[in-house]
Parts: sequence; structure tokens; C-alpha cells
Amino acid sequence: MGWTRKDLLTMRELDAGEIVLLVDTAASLQEIATREIKKVPALRGKTVVNLFYEPSTRTRTSFEIAGKWLSADVVNFSASGSSTAKGESFVDTAKNIAAMSPDVVVVRHSSAGAAELLARELSCSIVNAGDGAHEHPTQALLDLLTIRERKGHFDGLHVTIVGDITNSRVARSNIHGMKKLGMTVTVAGPPTLIPPFVQELGVKVSHRLEDAIRDVDVIMMLRLQHERMQNGLIPSLREYSRYWGLTLDKLAKHARPDVLIMHPGPVNRGIELSPEVADGPYSVILDQVAKGVAVRMGVLLLLAGGKGGDAT
Amino acid sequence: MSTPAPKYREKAQVLDDAALDRALTRIAHEILEKNGGAAELAFVGLRTRGVTLAQRLAAKIAQIDGAALPVGTLDITLYRDDLGLRGTPVIRGTDIPFSIKAKTVVLVDDVLFTGRTIRAALDAIIDLGRPKAIQLAILIDRGHRELPIRPDYIGKNLPTSRRESVAVRLREHDGEDRVVIEEPEEA
Repeated sequence: MGWTRKDLLTMRELDAGEIVLLVDTAASLQEIATREIKKVPALRGKTVVNLFYEPSTRTRTSFEIAGKWLSADVVNFSASGSSTAKGESFVDTAKNIAAMSPDVVVVRHSSAGAAELLARELSCSIVNAGDGAHEHPTQALLDLLTIRERKGHFDGLHVTIVGDITNSRVARSNIHGMKKLGMTVTVAGPPTLIPPFVQELGVKVSHRLEDAIRDVDVIMMLRLQHERMQNGLIPSLREYSRYWGLTLDKLAKHARPDVLIMHPGPVNRGIELSPEVADGPYSVILDQVAKGVAVRMGVLLLLAGGKGGDAT
Repeated sequence: MSTPAPKYREKAQVLDDAALDRALTRIAHEILEKNGGAAELAFVGLRTRGVTLAQRLAAKIAQIDGAALPVGTLDITLYRDDLGLRGTPVIRGTDIPFSIKAKTVVLVDDVLFTGRTIRAALDAIIDLGRPKAIQLAILIDRGHRELPIRPDYIGKNLPTSRRESVAVRLREHDGEDRVVIEEPEEA
């Protein structure tokens, strides 16, 4: 089965075959990271623009390294200190960048739907690197690759996602992907951080960490954003970490010995994860980051490698 | 991928299982002769059937010489000069779990045609390190080279026309050991 889309915008729009193709392609590209010369000529002469309207270290660097390892020219555009500060609109900025003929624009924006808007307006390929609380498909793909490599398969696995589900694009993208691959998903957190009607996505809901982590294959902890506390959604960080923070003690008492602990980063040590868990044997957090590069190489290759160009 | 591949019918058999095996035995001996033994040799097969042939050559050298030579797998998709013309790239991965530095690498493929695949493979290997030398072993050389590439070991020279196709069928993939020439059905 082939890749036919111009853009990668959401996990929701992909079918299981497309998700597996992306994960397989990324899995095959991982080997490049182990080479002495980390460069292959596949996207020579292609241009990738990173258009980031929100701060990001991991994702932007990851796309930049992925593009460079594939020999694409990668240009970073961050909104601060740019024409945005002078009052140019998002679409106008994007059209100006498009006029310079990039092959792929990777966009991160605080508004849900920003990537889809660009995909409609621009003829080049668009990759959604996070749009508000909507989706973050490459994060879900790297989580899926990490899970498959550790567990060997997807079908029948049970994953619990813990934390601020309402505001998490990582949770949303993962739920869509995991459901399509035949996995069971439980979301857990204080009721104020669980969106109403979330069951309609086909997930179970738990309001007690001890129940939510029992007998699951994977626990995905989300970052607690401090501003949620100011909004009055949780009483205090101390209370949150006491009830929803994952510690070795809770793991030993309630979780399976072969459970995987994942986190999309950046980690609030001592809040959602105790340092012993973040650095412990169950944790695959740094493996997730390494796989992020392979996933982004796969995405760039499928979007830009299959069209255009001349045989030499 | 947009135009359906033309259907081919078998025109003639080139090698049967015994002849294919004899050709590989001869190539194994030639490799040992040319390199003065098996020291510092390594095989790299091109996906998919080149890998199988490389494994068989390594097994033959183990029988003759007792040396267990490493066999790696090379996927040249990322190095193709026609990457953009072939639809979705399918990456199946390179797996060379040994250092090729200072080794004599014997590159193995089933059919040599234009030479473009081998050009890509040479680039791919050199990106992995600096081998002492690269040699090329080919089961069928069908001519029509577009690049200055010449194999060191040839199972069989086979003059073909460009419209024909050469199919190498191996037990591990196709259930039989046989090489045939095919021609387009509508011709």
C-alpha cells in the first residue's frame, strides 16, 4: 500500500494501513542514527521549513535533524523577532514562505486547525507539529513505534494515559491512533482535566491512578502545565503529585512488572513522575526522543520523497 | 506506480537448479582465488535476492575454506537516482552488523542491467565507512550498461533485449531455483 496524501495533519484522518506504513518506514530508518556518517541523499535538493509559532526544543530540533540526515535543506522560522511581531497575519507569513518554493512546511501553532488552514492555502506539503489542543501526529507515531518495538505488536495492548487530557494534543493523537490499531485506551486524571464525552472516542475513564495503572501494558504520563493550577482546575501541585504522580511505590504495588512508562516531555520531575520512575528501568522516555527523529525522517520521506525530482 | 506493470510470459529457461548451484560454487572459488583466501572478506547483499545469494556464497565459502564470513543487507532506496519517479518509496532497511572498515566487501546482486543500482549501492556502502576494496558478484549479467560498472564475478553472461526481463527465482522466496527470460505478453 502506498502513501497518497499531500499532508500529515491528524491521526484521526489516517487509516490503520497508513499508520503502519509510517511506523514501518520509521523503523527501517532508525539504523541511520547508528552510522558514523549520519546522512543519506534521499531528499537532496528538497527544502523543509520549520514554521514554529510556539516554543519547542524537542520537536523542532527533531524535525531539523531528520531533514538534515536525509540531505534536505532545513530552514527554521520562529515567530518571535519575525514579521509576526510587525503585524503580518499567519496566512500571509505562510504564503510568503511558500513563495520561496519549499517542499514541506512543518507548522506548530497554538490554534487548533492551523495546519489544516495552511494545507488548504498552500500547495506544498504540510506537517502538523502540534496545533493547540488538537493533534500532534508525529508524537503519536513515535509513541507507537516505541510501543511496537518493546511489545512486538499493537493488537490487544492496553494503554493508560494519565494527566491533563482536555488540553493534550498528544493524548488526542494517541487515542485516535491506538484505537485504529486495536488497542484499549484508558484515560485517567482528576475530573476537571478529563473532557466531557471523552468516552465517545472509545476510551475508558478512570479517576483513580491505582485502578488506572493496574494490568496495563503501557502508562503514558502527560506533562502537567502549571497554568492549569492558576485556572483553578487543580487545588495545588502538591495535591496533584500526591494523587496523580507516579512513584516506584505505586508502580510496585499496582502495575505489572513489564509495564512501559512513557512521557512526551518535558518532564516535571517530582510532579507527574518521580525522578526514580523517570530514570528507572520501566522508563522509555529517552528512547521516545530517539525514535522521534526516525519518525520525522519517515514522514518527510513519504511526503517529499515520492514525487517530483528527475532521474539523473 | 500509476501505470500497471506489463504482464510477462516465460520465453526461455537460462539456468536450472543444478546450473545455478554450479555457478555459485564457481563464484565462491573465484572469490577465494582472487583474494588469496577468506581473510578480511565480507558479503553485502542487495535486497532482496542479492541477500539470499550472498548467504549462499558465504555458506559455500564456509564449506570450502571453513571461514564464517559476515553477510550484511543493503537497502539502496535512499540512494536511488530515480527516487522521485517511482511513487511511494518503500524503505526496508539496511542491516550491516559489522564494520566494513579495511574489509574487502563483496557486493552481491541477482541481475546486473543498467548499473544504476550498483552505483547507488557503492555510495551507500561508502557512507558506512571506508572499505579496503569493493568487488561485485552478479548471478546474471544481462548487458545494457548505462554507467561504467563491470562485475568481478559473473554467474552467466546473458545477452537480452531491453524489452525482455530476467527473473531470478530462488527457493527461499519463490519455491524453486531457476532463472528465466521473460517477454511482454502483448508483444
